[in-house]
Amino acid sequence: MKKIISVTINNEIYEIAVEPNQTLADLLRYDLGLTGTKKGCDTGDCGACTVILDGDVVNSCLVLAIQTDGSVVDTIEGLATEEGLHPIQEAFVEKGAIQCGYCSPGMIMSAKNLLDKNTNPTEQEIREGISGNLCRCTGYQKIIEAIDSQKS
Amino acid sequence: MKDFDVIRTRAHRLDTPDKATGKAVYVDDIDKPGMLYGALLQSPHAHANIISIDTSKAEALPGVKAVVTSKEAGSIKYGVSPARYDETVFAIDKVRYVGDEIAAVAAISLEIAQKAVALIEVEYEILPAVFTIEDAMKDGAPQLHEDFPKNLCAEVHHEFGDVEKALAESDIVKTTTVKNKRQDGACIEMQGCIAEFDRRGTLTLVSGTQVPHYVQRTVAMVLGMDIGKVRVKKPYVGAGFGIKASANPMELACCILARETNKPVKMNYTRDQVFKLARARHGFTHTITTGAKKDGTLMALKHECWLDGGAYSSFGIATVYYAGSLLGGPYKLPNMKYDGYRVYNNKPTCGAQRGHGAVIARATFEQQLDMIAGDLGMDPLELRVKNMMEAGDTTCNDLNMSSFGMAECIDAVRNGSGWDEKKGKMPNGKGIGMACGFFVSGAGYPIYRSDTYHGTVIVKLTEDGGTALVYTASAEIGQGSDTAFAMIAAEALGIPLENVRLESGDTDMGVDLGAYSSRQTLMTGHATKEAAEHAKAQVLEVLSGLLNVPVEEMDIKNGFIEFKNETPDITDIRTRYIKEHRGWIDNPDSEKLTFKEASRMAFLEKGSIVGTGKYKPHLLGGKFKGAAVGTSPAYGCSAQVAEVSVDVETGQITIERITDAHDCGKAINMTSVEGQMEGSVSMGIGEAMHEEVMFDDKGNVLNNDLAEYKIVTSMDMPQVDAVVVESDEPNGPFGAKEVGEGAIMPTIPAILNAVYDAIGVRVFELPLTPERVYWAIQEYQKKAG
Ligand code: FES
Ligand code: FES
Repeated sequence: MKKIISVTINNEIYEIAVEPNQTLADLLRYDLGLTGTKKGCDTGDCGACTVILDGDVVNSCLVLAIQTDGSVVDTIEGLATEEGLHPIQEAFVEKGAIQCGYCSPGMIMSAKNLLDKNTNPTEQEIREGISGNLCRCTGYQKIIEAIDSQKS
Repeated sequence: MKDFDVIRTRAHRLDTPDKATGKAVYVDDIDKPGMLYGALLQSPHAHANIISIDTSKAEALPGVKAVVTSKEAGSIKYGVSPARYDETVFAIDKVRYVGDEIAAVAAISLEIAQKAVALIEVEYEILPAVFTIEDAMKDGAPQLHEDFPKNLCAEVHHEFGDVEKALAESDIVKTTTVKNKRQDGACIEMQGCIAEFDRRGTLTLVSGTQVPHYVQRTVAMVLGMDIGKVRVKKPYVGAGFGIKASANPMELACCILARETNKPVKMNYTRDQVFKLARARHGFTHTITTGAKKDGTLMALKHECWLDGGAYSSFGIATVYYAGSLLGGPYKLPNMKYDGYRVYNNKPTCGAQRGHGAVIARATFEQQLDMIAGDLGMDPLELRVKNMMEAGDTTCNDLNMSSFGMAECIDAVRNGSGWDEKKGKMPNGKGIGMACGFFVSGAGYPIYRSDTYHGTVIVKLTEDGGTALVYTASAEIGQGSDTAFAMIAAEALGIPLENVRLESGDTDMGVDLGAYSSRQTLMTGHATKEAAEHAKAQVLEVLSGLLNVPVEEMDIKNGFIEFKNETPDITDIRTRYIKEHRGWIDNPDSEKLTFKEASRMAFLEKGSIVGTGKYKPHLLGGKFKGAAVGTSPAYGCSAQVAEVSVDVETGQITIERITDAHDCGKAINMTSVEGQMEGSVSMGIGEAMHEEVMFDDKGNVLNNDLAEYKIVTSMDMPQVDAVVVESDEPNGPFGAKEVGEGAIMPTIPAILNAVYDAIGVRVFELPLTPERVYWAIQEYQKKAG
């Protein structure tokens, strides 16, 4: 039985009917066309589906859509503005932190959450901040450089 | 040094702004009107005869549009090497591993498709199964494939020189055996595809593949279609590393479902299915005997290798050849004997993974070189320097090193790591180790026997003259090839990178064998360069006629026409250009004549300016059987130093730092080269330290998710100092060669050698889990008394 929820995604309010077993990742990707959020496992292991839910990073494949009723969700699509890429996105481009790009949206959301909460993270804190986001391509080095370049 | 304007820079990649913003489209992001969803029925048994299949209940489920089995798919065999086509889309009378495909369903939703799969009734007669090389080779062991007694899928026997004689003349002879475990590619994107027929019977398959060309040929063959009616397109792909380098059964099933339903059908593997499909690194057991003189001169290498292959051949024939042939270098080795065997068993099929076939061979050999150096009292780095090949050398198995910056690589890691200050001087529990490696820059021959070009490229200039469009069927899978080719085209045309656009990964754009064997930069790069030069020549020819200046006296640089002698009057051309572009904002006002004006004049005279380029390697390699595997127009090479600390109480190893140098010829994009090096190191560390696909006694993958199958995380990854060494490769476009696969070669042995340096114990089995290291230490202490 579908249920109507109201959720704010990237500053837009959505009133939408969701299945009780539908995940937030699937809601975003398949119902709302916000396909920037990726899925690499669907079991909470890879971090490709990372979004920010009420100010905290979550694996959206582990969150039921129905649980987000009344919540605020930020996805990768909400970062860039008309003026251009978000500075963290710029840094990822600039430093060569993106190869296949499949981990990148989730990685960038984790980086944003980290920098929102800690404007001056140490290298160790950066490593911890993205430890739930697997990247098979880069060896993380340029990702860490990119995040480090955004410290204040 | 030649001077370049576009290549050898750190230009931003073309694709990363879209990838950073979530705009880049991967296959599962695509939705088609009326699209159906497909699901596969896969065998729950490792080995069984199929007695009957009843699909009636599945067909009756509302929402189901098609159920297909071998009845619809037919019995045409396919695979990777034509010599071992041993797969059918769906099992016909027997299944050979847990995951073998039996049927597929298309339905209006994924849930219904999955429900229908569960309703298909299959009656099996369970057969005894074999899971190890030893069991599979036993007399009377169950046979997987009728034509391959003892389950021996392929064997290779090579001898170059006289190994026994050379060993007898050696002062020191060492024999060791090293075993690894099967690895998984663990691309973060799981394979997916969408197939659709139009009403004229043309099939378009959009798939997350490394090799649109081979998929196109396989689909056409299996579905019995003209190649011209099959189009394979690759959207952005979440990496490949080899496991997406051949057509997979899901792609074929999806095409058959699309044919049966006349609707677009989407299919995706789950993570569990990715582990079942496998096609990743084989399990290898290498036994190597090396002989050397007292002064460290290498005399001979005797090598036997057994490959745990799995249920089908996939890349296996190439793998078993590579496992032997790629020990021919990078050292001067006059005598080499190789016996390689690949064995079928009832586990998922192994294939190619980064550093195809050669990674564990390298780990075995490089560890042994350190042992020999130790016995001879030599610095292992010096032993390597002493035996190292040089540019122009050819190995005993006929691989020619047309460029070879190995000495520079060794120097770079020696200095970068502080080797001379550290080697032999580190406290107990801390160690330093090094290793070298080399790899093909593209396979010398296509997978199927053919005179085909390995890559064709088209460069078309837009009618306003301002932009060059590059069309290539090559595969950007994350490595940065689109950007590399756009940079090559810009360099060759003499225009800025921002004036180049590129489309790739579509079989309608030409022939390209795809992203495997570290081939695209050299091969597709050549074709791109030639196409751009062809377009440029046409522009200059028209200009020559208009200005009455010989072509040889003109050039294009940074988007402007340069005249070697007097600058002619360009007023007529400029006036003509501006007249036609009244009201446009971007009319030229520079003193110099622009490429855009010249190219527009060429269009006005000749119509579309299209440059074409092509590449195939010159004839390579010796005449012996299997000589083709291992040949390449060029070889990349690398050296690495690993620094580790080992907790002797627990066996826990920490990798502290890696210093890595790789000779990629001229680096097209410096940042991308470093990215390949750092990524290779991370994959090597994973394999050295903890990656291992595990099975239960029924042939099920035990660790079939990314929680239990552990790839390297940001917490495991040490600092990597990547040094790019640039030789000038005569067979490469602008002197470029590979980096994508070769860079992984030294990582595992450098770690093994560093572990020995730290604790004085050799470990001969991978991965180096704390448990395995702990027991190796215990064993050693027991022996030492
Ligand atoms: S898809 Fe959610 S963690 Fe992998
Ligand atoms: S860039 Fe490919 S997984 Fe991170």
